[in-house]
Amino acid sequence: MQRQRIRRVTMAVVPVAAMALILGACSSSNNGGSSGGGSGGSGTLNGSGSTFQLTFQQTAIQNFKSIKPDLTVNYGGGGSGKGRTDLASNVVQYAGSDTAPIPSDEVSSFKGKTVLYFPVLIGPITISYNLSGVSNLKLDGPVIADIFQANITKWNDPKIKALNPGVNLPSTAITIARRSDSSGTTQNFSEFLVESAKNWKLGSDSTIKWPATSRGGNGNGGVAQIIKSTDGAVGYVDYADAKASGLSFASVKNKAGKYIAPSTQSATAAADNVTLKDDLTFSAIWASGPDSYPITYQSWVLLYQKQSSSGTATNLKSYIGYLLGDGQKLLPQLGYAPLPSSMDQQAKAQLSKISS
Amino acid sequence: MTTVTKEAGPAVPAGPARPLSERRPLGDRTFQIVALVSGLLVLIILVLIAVSTTQQSALWFRTEGWGVFGTDWDPASNHFGALAFIYGTAITAAIAIILAVPVSVGIALLLTEVVPYRWARPIVYVIDLLAVVPSVVWGLWGILVFAPWIEKIYKSIGSGVDGIPVLGNLFGPPVSGASFFTAGIILAFMITPIVTSLSREVIATVPTIDKEGAYALGATRLEMIQGAVWPHSKGGIVGSVLLGLGRAMGETIAAALVIGSSATITSHLFAPGDSMPAVIANQFGEASGVFRSALIGLGVLLFVFTIIINVIARAIVGGAQEQGSA
Repeated sequence: MQRQRIRRVTMAVVPVAAMALILGACSSSNNGGSSGGGSGGSGTLNGSGSTFQLTFQQTAIQNFKSIKPDLTVNYGGGGSGKGRTDLASNVVQYAGSDTAPIPSDEVSSFKGKTVLYFPVLIGPITISYNLSGVSNLKLDGPVIADIFQANITKWNDPKIKALNPGVNLPSTAITIARRSDSSGTTQNFSEFLVESAKNWKLGSDSTIKWPATSRGGNGNGGVAQIIKSTDGAVGYVDYADAKASGLSFASVKNKAGKYIAPSTQSATAAADNVTLKDDLTFSAIWASGPDSYPITYQSWVLLYQKQSSSGTATNLKSYIGYLLGDGQKLLPQLGYAPLPSSMDQQAKAQLSKISS
Repeated sequence: MTTVTKEAGPAVPAGPARPLSERRPLGDRTFQIVALVSGLLVLIILVLIAVSTTQQSALWFRTEGWGVFGTDWDPASNHFGALAFIYGTAITAAIAIILAVPVSVGIALLLTEVVPYRWARPIVYVIDLLAVVPSVVWGLWGILVFAPWIEKIYKSIGSGVDGIPVLGNLFGPPVSGASFFTAGIILAFMITPIVTSLSREVIATVPTIDKEGAYALGATRLEMIQGAVWPHSKGGIVGSVLLGLGRAMGETIAAALVIGSSATITSHLFAPGDSMPAVIANQFGEASGVFRSALIGLGVLLFVFTIIINVIARAIVGGAQEQGSA
């Protein structure tokens, strides 16, 4: 009896003690938390938001580990809307957002605290297509608008032919590939159509009411997959995913009237021509300039001007400073474009505004 | 003050009634409190979920009024009418039930009436494995393997019935691999294990004496099933079908991946569509303001529908059990 009781007590106490030890160990490794100790370099930074930035953030975090091994940075993705919501409820210290400034219906959730916008990257959205025998397609805003509203249904339509003299366009039916999930890519692509095409009737938002015959894919990768597997498909895919899937992209007519292909250079050219506001918000869509790619978009890192602790302020300056500095060198091979140097300088100067 | 004498039971000594705290040993009392708290906690959490989601969706209900049941879902122009998604949920759940129920009830009858017990156990095991497959795996298999393959079948059926009055409207073009019907098929796969195992348990409770009586009167197996098994178990089977329906309505990732994400109301079953859980999963990440409130409101509507279905299911099953044992 005595032995049984000892066994029972042991069986009850040991798991509880083990759990206590494990929890203790876990919490001590997170001990810095976001309020890192004294003169920076240690602690944890959490971010979430734009999936457009996700690849860049992940690569930057990897490389940053060798620069500041004590500072752990996490980026969760989840969409620009989620990032802004998380920042408003203080779940994360920085948010990635493809939209700036914060939309009017969300401003109240920030309770009047000043938010700083740091542009971190530029990227082109390609119009990718799969059409056997055709490789140098030229398109402009109104024709793209007609294609994506299903007003043009065949590849050999006179409107497409007019832009591509001499190209042998087959009579294949056009299959529209678009996003099934909501996305900043859709938002910026539709913004381009609003600005460049009078015949675009579907507005601009992270989700559009696409024609019923269009195919929805999940994420840029899903759309790329639809295009790749369907002859006659056309869709909008960001540059990194289009390159990775080996798709052909169209040259699009820009504001200056020239047909430009998407690339790192043409995206940077577009960003060179934007009107940068004082809070560093801007739109690179439908930018002027002869070499600008007209469907270029951008993403920001958002954070509060006033941080709750000096440790967090220092950590943020350190990490965002990296993104704006050496981190920019990572961008071209990931399929993005770096910021133009004047914009980069202004963003770096804004870092000093972060206070505690 | 009257003293009430109680009969002696295992833990209750006979004698005048005393308050709970005096009558039970410490271990029992603690257990009773812990169990009560746990049960209440579940209820409280459910109520809190209902309250907080309704609160967050109030903006949508206020802005749209009765327009919440409108047909136009267009975030770019701030219209959020949910009818297309309610329709999509209803259609895919209906297709899933029509496909799954005959198969499931058939399997249940097979396992209880036809198959020898030795073979029944491994078959039950395999059916239960279907329930273990995660929803996202069904969705991925559906969109990467099943949808492209079945699109060819849809195309040939579609071109075949094009022009015929009723069939053309149901199965004619537009045709897409990711569509209402594909989502319905995947959901049917997912609810078959539930409906089968519940039906099997209900059918197994039919008293053997009734079945043997039917045989003794000269009934064939089919007549025995109609006459002895069905009256006893129909309540339970209906209940299990409704539970499967509740699951089909709420299934999220599998539906989101294979339903085609096109908010349209159409009789063409091979056309792409959308359903409430699918649209919430797809569009929540970038939504804000009224859009977000609308998506949460869809969640509230779905919650209400599934609660109603589950309550009806339990009532029918409960009523049938009473009837059966009476």
